[in-house]
Parts: sequence; C-alpha cells; structure tokens
Amino acid sequence: MTTTADIHEPTFLAGDEFSIPTFRLLKQDGTLHEGATAPELEHDKALAIYRAMVATRVLDERMLAAQRQGRLSFYMQCTGEEAAVVGATAALDDADMIMAQYREQGALVYRGFTFDEFMNQLFGNELDYGKGRQMPIHYGSRKLHYMTISSPLGTQIPQATGYAYGQKLAGDGQCTTVFFGEGAASEGDFHAALNMAAVHEVPVIFFCRNNGYAISTPSIEQFAADGVAPRAFGYRMHVIRVDGNDILAVYSATREARRIAVEHNKPVLIEAMSYRLAAHSSSDDPSGYRSKKEEEAWREKDPILRMQRWLIDLGWWSEEEEKALQESLRREVLETMKRAEKRPPPPLDSLVSDVYADVTPELQRQLDALKTHIRQYPEAYPKGARSLDPDVKARDDASDAEAQGGE
Amino acid sequence: MPTMNMLQAINNALDIAMGEDDKVLCFGEDVGSFGGVFRATSHLQEKYGRARCFNTPLVEQGIIGFANGLAAQGSVPVAEIQFADYIFPAFDQIVNETAKFRYRSGDLFNVGGLTIRAPYGGGIAGGHYHSQSPEAYFTHTPGLKIVVPRDPYQAKGLLLAAIRDPDPVIFFEPKRLYRAAVGEVPEEDYQLPIGEAEVTKEGTDVTLVGWGAQMEVIERAVELAEKDGISCEVIDLRSLLPWDQDSVAESVFKTGRLVITHEAPRTGGFAGEIAAAIQERCFLYLESPIARVTGLDTPFPLTLEKEYLPDHLKIVEAIRASVNF
Repeated sequence: MTTTADIHEPTFLAGDEFSIPTFRLLKQDGTLHEGATAPELEHDKALAIYRAMVATRVLDERMLAAQRQGRLSFYMQCTGEEAAVVGATAALDDADMIMAQYREQGALVYRGFTFDEFMNQLFGNELDYGKGRQMPIHYGSRKLHYMTISSPLGTQIPQATGYAYGQKLAGDGQCTTVFFGEGAASEGDFHAALNMAAVHEVPVIFFCRNNGYAISTPSIEQFAADGVAPRAFGYRMHVIRVDGNDILAVYSATREARRIAVEHNKPVLIEAMSYRLAAHSSSDDPSGYRSKKEEEAWREKDPILRMQRWLIDLGWWSEEEEKALQESLRREVLETMKRAEKRPPPPLDSLVSDVYADVTPELQRQLDALKTHIRQYPEAYPKGARSLDPDVKARDDASDAEAQGGE
Repeated sequence: MPTMNMLQAINNALDIAMGEDDKVLCFGEDVGSFGGVFRATSHLQEKYGRARCFNTPLVEQGIIGFANGLAAQGSVPVAEIQFADYIFPAFDQIVNETAKFRYRSGDLFNVGGLTIRAPYGGGIAGGHYHSQSPEAYFTHTPGLKIVVPRDPYQAKGLLLAAIRDPDPVIFFEPKRLYRAAVGEVPEEDYQLPIGEAEVTKEGTDVTLVGWGAQMEVIERAVELAEKDGISCEVIDLRSLLPWDQDSVAESVFKTGRLVITHEAPRTGGFAGEIAAAIQERCFLYLESPIARVTGLDTPFPLTLEKEYLPDHLKIVEAIRASVNF
C-alpha cells in the first residue's frame, strides 16, 4: 500500500535526499569524540571483546603462514574487520543465532570456539564437526548458535529472515544476526531477505560488512548508491551506518538494533564501514587491484590498536599484558595446529552419511563398491584405506575414547 | 606454432572475437581490469575499453538476465560465471529464458548471441562449492548447447565456435586444467564444430566416452589397459547438447563395449542418457553392460575427494570388467 500526497508537476526524486551519517564514538588515539559517550561496558566484558579480537588476529596471521607453508589448502582472514564482527557479537545474547558469510571467525572466538575446534575444521580431520567435507574456514557450531558456513554468497541472508521468524513464533526472545559483505548485498537473496523481514516483522539484524572490495571489485563498481544503507528505506526498515573499526560504536549500535529487533519485532540493517586489510583469501593477491598506499592508510585505522589505546587509558590493559597475551595465543595456535594435523581423516563411511538422514540402498551399494576398489588399490587411497585397515581402526577407536568428543 | 595453456587459449579466443566484432562483450564478477579470478579475461578491458569488458555487481541472476537482454538486442555477450557452482542463482534466467527465447516468441526474438563461460570440476581441493560438474542440469534443457573442451587447442576453437553459434551456449571450462594443460595452439582464428565428437584414439575392444578434464583421466586408464593387451577406442564428446550419437554408436558397433565417465554424481548424470541411447541403437552388438564410472551420489567432498573421484584406477577396472564380462 502507498500513502502519499498528490503532486501535479512531474517532480522526480534522485535518492540524494537521503544522506546517511556514520555513527562514531572512539577516535583512533583511543579517546572519545567530542559529545560521544561510551556505552556501558564492564571491565570483564571489555577485556573479553579485546582478547577475542587479538585472538582472531593471531589465529589469522598464523594460519595464513601455515597455508603459505603448504600445511593448509586454503585460508581467509578477518584482518581489519575484527571490531565489526566481535563488537556485533558481543552486543547479542549468546543464544542468538549467527549466520555468517565466511570472514566472521571473530564471532566464534568471542563465543568460545576453541583453537582445537578451529584447527579440526581447518585440517578436516576426524574431529571436524563438518566431517572434513568443506574447505577450511567453513566452521559451524550448534552449541554456540553459529550456522555452518556455506560458500555461495548471500544464501544465508533470506535464511536468517526465516530463522528469525521461527524465533519470533517460538517467543523465546532470541533474534538472528546475519553477516554479509557489500558485494553479497548485490545478490537477489539480499533483496528478498530484507523485503520479507520487513513485511513479516521479523527480529533479524542484517549486518553488512562494507569492507570496500568483493575480491577485486571495488564498492564503487558494486553500487552507484551511497553504500548499502539507503536500501533500508525502500523496505521501510531501521538502519544505521557505523564506523566498523570503532568497537564502541559497533557494540552500541548492535545492542540498540537487538533491542529494536527483539522488543518490536522489527528488522534492522547495520552497515559497518571497514576495510579488508588482507587479501580476499589465500588464493588472492590484492596487488593486482589496489595500492599499498591505500592499504597503509587503512592500517593506520587498525580497530584493535584503537581499542587497545582506549583500554590502556582506562587502566584496564598494559603493554606487559599485551605481550603475554600475544605470546600465549601464538603458542596455543601452534600447539593446537600440530595436534589437529596429526589426527586422522574422517572415516570412509562419512562419504555417504548425511546425504540423507539414512543412507539409501543405492548409496550403500556405491560405498561397498568403493571399499572393494580401495582394498584392491590401498596405496592409491591412503585416507580411505586407513579406515578399512582393522589394526588402524582399532587403534583409532581406542584413542577416540580419550579424545575430545563432537558436539 | 605457439604453446599456450588453457587460460591463454581462452583469452586468445576472446581477444580474436572482440577484435573482429564490436558487438562482442565480456563481463562478470572481477572480469574487468583484474581480468577475472583465473585471469581468463586479462588485458581485454585495456584493449577494448570499459564499455565492452567490465566488472558486474555480484549477482549471477543479474549477469545472465542482463546478458539475455543484450543478446536479444543483437549484441554478442560472453558472460562469465566465476565458478559453475555459482551458476544456480541464474538458473531461472538460463532455463526459462535463455533456452526458450527463440521458441516462445516463434523466432521473433532470440538470444543466440549469448555464451556463458563457467569453470567447472574438481580435483583442486575445492569442496562442495568449487568442484561441481553441473552439466546434467542443463542437458535436460532443450534450447541450450553445452560444450566442454579438453585442452587448450580445443578450448580456443570451440569457444570461437560457441561465440559465433546462432544458439546460446554454455561453455564449461575444466578449471583443473586451466594452467596444467599446455599445448600447441595456432595464433590465427579457427573454429571446431559444435555437436561433433572426436575419436582421439582408435581401438577395437572397448569404447571410452568422456569430456573435459575427464579425457586426461581416461588417457591414463587406457595406458594401463593397453598394457593388459586391451585395445581402447577413446571418444571426446566435446558437446553434450547436442551430442554426437552417431560417432559413439559407430564405435560401439565395432567394439561392442562402452565405458562412460564423468565427475558428476551417477544418478541423473549425463552418462545415463548416453547409455540409454546407445543400448537403443546398438543392443544386438553389445558384448557387456554399458558401464558408468562417475562420482558418488553425494555432494562433492573435500578430505575424501580422491576416494570420490572417478580416477584412472576406477576406469581401468571398469574396462577390465567390461572386457571380461
């Protein structure tokens, strides 16, 4: 339904009437902007946020290095966007659903996904919850309310609308936050998701990480409009643009968005302005499409350094604590990586399980034929042959008993 | 004759097509100044300008819908879908629009100028979403042509033919071979026929049929089989729609045995169509059941990719089973 006044001259609107400001609280030197008030953030929670940001950075640095050494097939870094991801997650209830795109490992770190759990997925070993079926970084955790990542872009956005609609009907006071990039916001799924969320009054937060690039494509070639935020008007939805490198602003904006979503059953769009400091993935080399100078300018706006300065000013953090944290994180990454690398791959039977709730007769026949073939050529299929070797299997079963279990 | 890898051959074909005809346009995600994530469109924007080679927003249904419109207008779009795994948002545009444009309008309008390029296939540790072979979804769609090259020479000749073909073509590129396959490719313009298979090796005991990256796997299997004294005839189908039944049937009349292989899952895979058509035409000549060596009926895995793939050992076992039936 439209309710507007009549006009009698052909007067066009160009959309330039909408100018969306950027919400900022913290300056790069760690002090507040004039007139800005820090959100209520108690000491322990502030440090939990900070530690999660640093842990994400360290994990990313080490795992990219491991990829470069050939220990890992693929990796994706969150570098530069830690405040956006961790700040938003910290503003949610821990039981709220998160549907991420693929660069949001900081959300998992904040919620307590252990380095062992990260490593098991990255190396696709027998303890990986996803059973070694997806590429590295496709994490998921049911206990931490983090939907397993799917590579195709934008598919999770309308799913978040549906998930949150179910949460509304369940009446348990939870909402869903869905992360996506400014590139993925071009997908048809984005538009469908926002429209349905507004129409059906759904408690969902659409969190756009506008990091400037979709692989090589700069955002100026992605949309002619002023970012993604103005689209919210078209769907009659609350919207805020926030400095994505400003942990306090992200936290504050998301907390308020959650209140609107849960108390009023209204969707909210948040556009966090940031920059992907790293390559798109370990398969990408940004020198082909952007300048070092541009990267350096954004490195100056490092969100972690900004929060660190704020914490130090408050007397909540020190250089010594920083050093100790960095060292212990690095040690932990290396230890957990070594553990995960040594663990065997998932068993051969996992090839055909979970296609359906039960293995179909035809799939069982295919698996049986595969086993016969692998027994004939065990050296050609070391991973598959492993689980057909009764001695190895017995040893694995014994060690499984003492190993950490699945979810 | 110059030596090229498959990406260079594809780039060279696009360059020739754009140089010859101002109506040819190349676009898709990251296709512009960056030259595509695999660099198949390198330097084309530099050479032909931003109006003819450009980045699109990240929206596959938009890319193909836009391409359909352009083709209807009389342009010759070559649209890239970054990975075949990401073609599905464009499924509606391809299946309901591209394929039926000419038919539903009684030939008032057509999108024959359209070529859709998409890298497909596994063996690159890409998991579910960078490994799939979705050809069979499209072979079930009359109105489309489906072409899959096996090497750089084929890629250039078939891509030029696809761009100039009067019907829309989906051109699936075996990405595992993009840099791995290197061969002699003439610098000049040439075309290879769409709809015609090629017998790449003559033999008498068994016929092997495949396409794209699987041809290299067949070659390895045939080496092993020939050590056992089995004479293999090998056919590269090259086009899946329309497909060259005559060449396959002619071969099976001679050998009496057929092994078909593709990476895609077995059920509903294109091997099933070939097997059905060939048993209709060659029933009394068959010495053994037609065999399919395919991926499993599962999503494409990662850690157990090697176990999933229809490799040379599985093919050679199928050849032996067929000959010893």
